[in-house]
Formats: sequence, structure tokens, C-alpha cells
Amino acid sequence: MIRPRSWLPIPLLSLLLLVVWLLLVRSLSFGHFLLGGLLAVAIPLFTYRFWDVQPQIKRPGLLLRYILRVLGDIVVANFQVAWLILNPRQRSRPHFVEYPLMLEERFTITLLASTISLTPGTVSANLRMDGKTLLIHALDAEDDEQLIEQIRERYERPLKEIYEC
Amino acid sequence: MTFYVILEGVISLFLIAGGAFAFIGSLGMAHLRDFYMRLHGPTKATTMGIGCILVGSMCYFGIADNEPVIQEVLIALFLFITAPVSAHLLAKTGLHLRLEYINKTRGRPVELHKEEIGETPVPHGTPEERAPITLEKRSSRH
Repeated sequence: MIRPRSWLPIPLLSLLLLVVWLLLVRSLSFGHFLLGGLLAVAIPLFTYRFWDVQPQIKRPGLLLRYILRVLGDIVVANFQVAWLILNPRQRSRPHFVEYPLMLEERFTITLLASTISLTPGTVSANLRMDGKTLLIHALDAEDDEQLIEQIRERYERPLKEIYEC
Repeated sequence: MTFYVILEGVISLFLIAGGAFAFIGSLGMAHLRDFYMRLHGPTKATTMGIGCILVGSMCYFGIADNEPVIQEVLIALFLFITAPVSAHLLAKTGLHLRLEYINKTRGRPVELHKEEIGETPVPHGTPEERAPITLEKRSSRH
């Protein structure tokens, strides 16, 4: 829970909103600065109650490497899924996997779940209420141990290093 | 001159690849066997399809207007943030409604077990969270 602090509860979000607004209208005129600034103050004021405190990024270099790796995996994932869809023999082996989470912060779990949904053959389906298990549906998995190990090494450990450690 | 011809070819390639991926993703929606498998099509193939088209658009307008194009990056960013969230919500809804899945699916999640009437429901959360808030508890807080 973020404490209300004067009229700029989340300064970073305000800045981001202003920049995105100026990029969207593609103009740097005074009027758009005013309008964007108004939105950048108003939106956080109305929504700060919904925001969690976000963990500090401890190692930005690793974050960049993580993003590049995820982008590469998305391309690979697309070719795999396209092949599974087009393959007339349909040899896919769907699988529900229960993934024991190592991460604790809600924000990082969200990042991990999004990554899992975007990358090879897996969709995150449910986060159990205790926040310790993530249910994953895999389109084509040989066995769950291997899949869990792969996700842990490739995504969860870097995320933990970047944010929690 | 040849530069523009090559560029045109590259842009066309991106557009065609994008269209093909988007089509394959939609085909998967119609073609795969059960709800949970069908979810995979739109989350992956479609993001890639839109991504390719956006790269093509960036190349074209970057050269034609001769200024850097940033809106496409914003579109891609919004897409990458929203696609996994909507997929997650759809999957959660599917589990909640206990939609059927094909028999060869391995793994039997608790969410899909049949609940029998009169038995305790599927445990979600810790015992403290599960306990209903009674009147005494509420009044003791004040």
C-alpha cells in the first residue's frame, strides 16, 4: 500500500504517463504538456490505492539481458506453436504442471507469470491463494520435472537476482 | 535505388510473415482440441504476428517520413503487457467453470476435481484466510 503523499503519490508513474502522452500525440506544444501533466497528476491520485509498493531493481544490467532473452524465446515459441498447430498428426502432449514458486513479492510473481505465458508452449493458469504454487498448462511437455527445472533456471532465478536477492 | 528495392522486399517480408503468424494463431483457435490448448494460439502466434507487422510499419514510416517512429513501440509494449494477463484470466475462468479437457492431458490440478456436495470444498489459501469472518471478529477489530 502506497501512502498518499501530497499530490504526487507515485512520481515515476506520473512521469511515465506524461512521456507516453507526448509520444502518443507526437507533439511538444505547450497545450499538450498541460493536458498530459493534468492526466499525469490526476490518474495516480485516483488509482494509488490499487498500487503495490514496487521492489527496487537491484541489477539493471541483468534486467536488460533478461528482456533480450525473453524476446528471443518469444520468437522460438512462435515457431514451435505454429508447428504444433500446423502439424497434421497432432502429437502434442498437453500437461497441467504445478510449479512451486521461489519468488515472494507479488510484483515479481506477476512478471514471472507473464513471462511464462509469452514463452514456449506454456500458459500460466492459476496462482493459488497462498501464493506459493502456480498452475501452468503446457501445450507439449515431456515431463513436468524437466519443465519446472527449465523455468526455474531460465526465468525465475534471474528475476530473483534482479529484484529480491 | 537498389536500397529502396531491397527495403521494399524486407518490409513486404515482415508484413507477410506477420499475416501468416496471425493466421496460424487464429487457425489454432479453431483447430486445437480443448479450451486450454486453444489459449496458446492467441497468446503467442498473435503477439508475434502483430510484432512483425509493427516492425514493417516502423521501417516504412521511418524511411518515408524520415523521422524515428515510436508509436509502434508503444503498441508492442501495451500488447506484451495485456496479452499474458488476458490469457491468465481466461485460463482462470476456464478452471473456475471446470471446462473439459482432452483425456491425454496429464496432471490433475485440484481446481478441476469434482467437489461432492456436503464435503469440504477445495482448499484455497491458509486456514486463517479460509475461515469466514464472523461477527465477533469484526466487532473485536473496532
